[in-house]
Amino acid sequence: MASKPRNERRQFLQKAGLGAALTGIASTLSTPIWAKTIPQELTATLPAGMRQPGSEFSNYGQPSTHEQGVIRWISANSAASGNGVSWTPLHDLQGTITPNGLHYERHHNGVPAIDPAQHQLLIDGLVNQPLSFDIKSLLRYPMQSRTCFIECGGNSNSGWRTNPIQTQAGYAHGLVSNSEWTGIPVKLLLQEAGIKPEAKWVIAEGADGASLNISMPLEKLMDDALLALYQNGERLRPENGYPLRLVLPGWEGILNVKWLRQLRLTDQPLMSRDETAQYTELQTDGKARQFTFLMEAKSLITSPSLGMMLPDNPATYQVTGLAWSGRGKITRVEVSADGGETWLDAELQGPILAKAFTRFNLPWHWQGEYAILQSRATDETGYVQPTRETLLDNRGKHGFFHYNAIVSWEITEEGDINHVYGF
Amino acid sequence: MSMVSKLLFLIISLSVYSSSYAEPDYQPLGNPAAELSESPQWNLSISTDGQGLPVGQGIASQGAKIFAIQCAGCHGPAGIGASAEPLMGEVGSLASEYPEKTVNSYWPYASSLFDYIRRAMPINAPFSLTADEVYALCAYILNSDGIISADFELNEQTLPQVTMPNRDGFIAIYPDNHSLLRTHK
Repeated sequence: MASKPRNERRQFLQKAGLGAALTGIASTLSTPIWAKTIPQELTATLPAGMRQPGSEFSNYGQPSTHEQGVIRWISANSAASGNGVSWTPLHDLQGTITPNGLHYERHHNGVPAIDPAQHQLLIDGLVNQPLSFDIKSLLRYPMQSRTCFIECGGNSNSGWRTNPIQTQAGYAHGLVSNSEWTGIPVKLLLQEAGIKPEAKWVIAEGADGASLNISMPLEKLMDDALLALYQNGERLRPENGYPLRLVLPGWEGILNVKWLRQLRLTDQPLMSRDETAQYTELQTDGKARQFTFLMEAKSLITSPSLGMMLPDNPATYQVTGLAWSGRGKITRVEVSADGGETWLDAELQGPILAKAFTRFNLPWHWQGEYAILQSRATDETGYVQPTRETLLDNRGKHGFFHYNAIVSWEITEEGDINHVYGF
Repeated sequence: MSMVSKLLFLIISLSVYSSSYAEPDYQPLGNPAAELSESPQWNLSISTDGQGLPVGQGIASQGAKIFAIQCAGCHGPAGIGASAEPLMGEVGSLASEYPEKTVNSYWPYASSLFDYIRRAMPINAPFSLTADEVYALCAYILNSDGIISADFELNEQTLPQVTMPNRDGFIAIYPDNHSLLRTHK
């Protein structure tokens, strides 16, 4: 199994005529450079950074000034600047961990300024003993780390539109990010309060300007949910829920309540605005899907993608992207260069973690022909990422949430890249 | 302690720890909070049967005045077609070619409307409205599509009795159909 894709890739490259390019690596081996004396006048041509001391230490490092274009893209309500989203620039990133400052944001009414000394978490409702916790106490509990993605239910929702949006990959699909979250298994605190047998749901509430409240199954909180205090090793950023948030691996972003202040156990869901009016998917027959918590398997080629171009040909380009599934591990990502006619297995970069970003790579030899690049993810349950046509056949065109169809990048003969809908 | 007894101590400590591996060893630090749990600040959520509703009342004509001042700026004078989400009109549009998800066409419960206005609206000053004002706004919005009559007083008793037009419009995917769309090649 492991060697078969490799052979296929080799064939793909040979078919595409890469053989000649690979044999061109011939170097001129002459006298080693260190055997020569560098004339004094040449040292003046060395980079400035080699001829003077560098800048001082910093208390908290920042990206290079040359990378200032790598930013979250903000789309906020013009009348309420704290209501909106900011998108992770997936097209500018590599690896699988999203830098904390680039983790996507969805705020319903801005980022609250919370003094951790004043913050409390209340666990009440159908428990034997309502309990409150301060942050200092929570920091003394045993912690676990979990690398997982969080994806907004509304990610990629431009895909429902009739015409393909011409936006960079991250700014259309980057309401998803991947972090190592560290915190307390929610189960520990619920057990401390004592769960009554009739409890089935939990209403979580945030301490933000929307006092966001939403119901979630107790079963999930008892399974793998974390009360996260740390993100990628440091305390949560304010925009990611400081001082504490819920993390429900693989389930839609809205449930991962930030600035968490209360967990109330109940026997039925609340039917709050964000579980009825929003984060539900209207179908063609006028009925809406509700409690669609799982984020299904999805993948996306992040490079090459819209906003880039292929500068020359024939040449080899490294097709790379991300795949993830709320059900578990990604087991396969296939890449097509002909709009889905033929597919090749991409190499999956390890370690492959359940409910986390998996990076895939496949070298592609391009000779200037018209192409449509696509990726298709499969997860360990056998679920295969659908085509847009299949998704719309199943869900209609007004679902708005949970768009996970295959993304297609058109490569023109000039090397320009456009977003198109697949065939 | 001698080296041997130190070692013994370590082995004993570790074995005690590992025997309780399934339930990690930690000190419970929660504070009893029965009183806190009863206080209004920690009872913001309103259930579909009205639990959590504060005492108060309002009718549509009172709500119209508040709406013009507090809401129309973002939601539009008619409660639809402005920068904020549509609230009124379009009842019955959900199965059409151009469905519009307004409060009156889409929301299944009136309790959610009170819950949401009180906690989140107006967006520049959440919790600034009195209970009477929130009841009045709910009455105004619901009356605009005839869900309640103009003189119907909304209060903590009557609001949960309102039946929204789209009450039966939702299909719960969790837990039974959590995998409705499965595609195989």
